[in-house]
Amino acid sequence: MSTTYIARSSAVAARRLGDEMVIMSALDSTLFSLNDVGAMLWEAADGRTALDRIVRERVCTSFHVDAATALRDAEEFVRELAARGVLLVSGEPIETPATQAAAASAGKPQR
Amino acid sequence: MATHTSNPAAAQFPASAAAVHYPELSNLGLTIEIGGLPIRLRAPDPEFWSLLAARYSNFVRADSAPEMEFELLPTPRMPLPENVSLQVHCYNGRWLLSRGEFRAAFDMRSRRGHLACVPNPYSVDTLLRIVHSLLLAPAGGMLLHASGGIRDGRGYLFSGISGAGKTTMARLAPPDVQLLTDEISYLRRAESGFSVYGTPFSGELGIQGERVSAPLAAIYLIEHGAENRMTPLTEADAARRLMRNVLFFAHDAQLVSLVFGTVCELVRRIPVYRLEFLPDSRVWEMIR
Repeated sequence: MSTTYIARSSAVAARRLGDEMVIMSALDSTLFSLNDVGAMLWEAADGRTALDRIVRERVCTSFHVDAATALRDAEEFVRELAARGVLLVSGEPIETPATQAAAASAGKPQR
Repeated sequence: MATHTSNPAAAQFPASAAAVHYPELSNLGLTIEIGGLPIRLRAPDPEFWSLLAARYSNFVRADSAPEMEFELLPTPRMPLPENVSLQVHCYNGRWLLSRGEFRAAFDMRSRRGHLACVPNPYSVDTLLRIVHSLLLAPAGGMLLHASGGIRDGRGYLFSGISGAGKTTMARLAPPDVQLLTDEISYLRRAESGFSVYGTPFSGELGIQGERVSAPLAAIYLIEHGAENRMTPLTEADAARRLMRNVLFFAHDAQLVSLVFGTVCELVRRIPVYRLEFLPDSRVWEMIR
């Protein structure tokens, strides 16, 4: 089975409003609302953590759902958002300005 | 410096325009301050100056240092192709706008630009709306399709698409309400929330607002209904609906993100209601 990595596109803006995650594509001003699972996947989409690991360690531990079903639903969700340019998807870890900044920050010597 | 009496053009100005003192009348400059943001226009001839002075009479400020300056250049009227839309582009900090004979260019760094147009106030309205929307985005503000008014020192906005009742709400306003606009509202982040400002951008009423401002107390997303009914909206629902009514012209990802962030902050800090209403003055009894 191939590994899938997901990262948030830099061309979107996201805000949590109440109990909803609202995402706007800055390219065409389209708005998306994510449910709890979608918001969890979105927040975990750091480009470095594999999708199946996100599902196993975060979704399955927070919601009563088996791993196979959760992964199938997550893949469909990812396909849909990737088609709208909101998520980036790759078989390799994805480097974005955000992931590079996080990596640089993690590599800083501790005082 | 020319004065009203020494400038032969002054005799042609309508009374409402001539009543205002303009120290730089000789170069036909006019500073229009909307939302506390003065923009100076230099008209090509006294007739155009006169049109603008009358059109923006409530917003002319002779003593404000302008944030931006525009030279207005007259062009002949040309037949406009059908369905032509306004094009807004930015290249290396220089904004270019065009629609038919309307052509404008300006640079946000030098804060100067020009507008070539058929001499009518509508072209200048278009320019001012675009420039203000661009200047407002990084300042935590926006232009919103909404009528509005001030009552007891608090600002109220009535937002909706065309036909939703913006003009009706303005027309039904009781005498104690100071009208901000019947078409396009101007709001900006303030220390304690958001402030609303009057605009000269008018709709069907054809009445320019007043150069006043107030803290924003509430936003109503209006629609005609079978009864007067007010329903609070969740933050997410309010943001989704308000985003449809924001005036924004540029397809600039960074600026669009800024506006989205401002709308999200707005719905967190200001109550937003869905307001169904009957077209009579009783609806204003709910606006307190």
